[in-house]
Amino acid sequence: MIEIRNLTKRFGDVVAVDDVSFDVVPGRVTGFLGPNGSGKSTTMRMIMGLDWPTSGTVTVNGRPYGQHRRPLFEVGAMLDANAIHGGRTAYNHLLCLAQSNGIPRDRVDEVIERVGLVSVAHKRAGGFSLGMSQRLGIAGAMLGDPGVMLFDEPVNGLDPEGIRWIRNLLRSFAAEGRTILVSSHLMSEIALTADHLVVIGRGRLIADVSVGDFIEQSTQNFVRVRSPQIEELAQAVIAGGGTTWPDADGALAISGLPIDAVGDLARDAGIALHELSPQLATLEEAFMELTRDSVEFHAHAVPASTPGAIKEGA
Amino acid sequence: MATQTPAQLERRLVPPDGPILPDVVRSEFTKFRSVRSTYATLAAAFVAAAALGPVQCALYAARYPNVDAEEKADFSAAHLSLNGIQLAQLAIGVLGVLLISSEYTTGMIRATLAAVPQRRTVLAAKAFVFTIVTLIVSEIACFIAFFASQAFLSPKHLNAHLSDPGVLRAVVGGGLYLAVLGLTALALGTVIRHSAGAIATLFGLLFVLPGIASALPRATRDAVNQYLPSNAGQQIFALRIDPHTLQPWAGLGVFCIYAAIALTAAAILLRRRDA
Repeated sequence: MIEIRNLTKRFGDVVAVDDVSFDVVPGRVTGFLGPNGSGKSTTMRMIMGLDWPTSGTVTVNGRPYGQHRRPLFEVGAMLDANAIHGGRTAYNHLLCLAQSNGIPRDRVDEVIERVGLVSVAHKRAGGFSLGMSQRLGIAGAMLGDPGVMLFDEPVNGLDPEGIRWIRNLLRSFAAEGRTILVSSHLMSEIALTADHLVVIGRGRLIADVSVGDFIEQSTQNFVRVRSPQIEELAQAVIAGGGTTWPDADGALAISGLPIDAVGDLARDAGIALHELSPQLATLEEAFMELTRDSVEFHAHAVPASTPGAIKEGA
Repeated sequence: MATQTPAQLERRLVPPDGPILPDVVRSEFTKFRSVRSTYATLAAAFVAAAALGPVQCALYAARYPNVDAEEKADFSAAHLSLNGIQLAQLAIGVLGVLLISSEYTTGMIRATLAAVPQRRTVLAAKAFVFTIVTLIVSEIACFIAFFASQAFLSPKHLNAHLSDPGVLRAVVGGGLYLAVLGLTALALGTVIRHSAGAIATLFGLLFVLPGIASALPRATRDAVNQYLPSNAGQQIFALRIDPHTLQPWAGLGVFCIYAAIALTAAAILLRRRDA
């Protein structure tokens, strides 16, 4: 159980995390989602007692991180897979972490076997591929058999095989009743793994919902129509309570009315339709829509017909 | 609290009771012995401290018939035998800095402090492991340097004995000087967090500061010079106490105060700053 209350972190003038509150509860995978630079890593470092909050509190299993005497038994984390002294072997890296918390030596062998690094355990970690480093990081998080586990962008840069391996591992951790928080900047990476989503943008909490609710709430579906009498149709739709905005190729996008009602409206007004089609925004687009106002660095090429236009139309 | 975790999570590992310091010391020793830089720098320090003095003593003995009276008056068999400390201190300083700065440059420090959020305990354990190892290596090197040097000097009856006044203190003191210097380096590495910056600062304090001080007016220079870190610290293996220099143990005391100040600053900053 992780409890975050009114957490704020400033670096000089920059507010990296802005009054964020949420809980991460046991038994499910909580996805921590946000664009790059949105404050995910800073929040995770504050959970781990590495960065000090400017204000607010974080507790892990009821206590601030620093008050756990042997925290590896409570919390395991992989914040940065490359944060390893490259001159040390995988085994010695894990051994020094284990020893610091009084974790027995045979547990080191156990986690090395669990993540499949037995054959390279006595090789220097500097020569490891990204995938191997990720496995070593996960082995480190598993050392104390902790009830709470944090992973910062664990699948970043991995091949599909590695992504699937980590996904299954995280799901099995959650199934064992552990509290799992996993961050990502890609919705598609998290949608299949997480049960619950915490979304932040520019340091602020945007959503704290189940994946199912998130899809339902934020997937903006709309109706696309083409017609030689587009102006008249738009007026009829607005009169009927719908919202319109221009779509690509001179088409009209309509929301707020079911597709059947749009067809009926056109018939009643005597307007010919050349196209009447349902449009579904993907999960990725829903996430982009949710965070579009909070992306740190915008690329200034705005396509005309993304569902992002919904907000302007509404 | 464990009660907040659902019952289905079966914990197979139980945290041991008792103080954490011994565990953290064990962990730091594993870190210390598991990277190559430790062996490279310790070997360099050992060879320098143990071999340079004897080589210089052998050369001195060889050209002794041609040595003039002034040089003969300046000669101290025990002091020359410990001359390798001047070189060894570079290696020990580098090792002390790397012990923690390498954790910052690799990012390992975050894993370390996540495992042991009691940050001052981490610093204490590092200091303990490093001091013990440096002290053992330095003392052995200094004694080897002394006895090997005397072996080269004895045919010319120039050799000193451990029982001569101040000699045992100087030989033991050489190791003490290196260990305290290493601790100062560790503290600077913690404060500065960059290997190159910390090494440059350390050597600046040790070697550049006396050079700057020499530009002062004579009276001020005489007053100031003796309290500079390297001048004070090296009195412990000096065999001739010149005017305007500290007594051996007083000098080492001053050197220890510098180390204590640096370690205190390191402990405060390590605790306060984001990792």
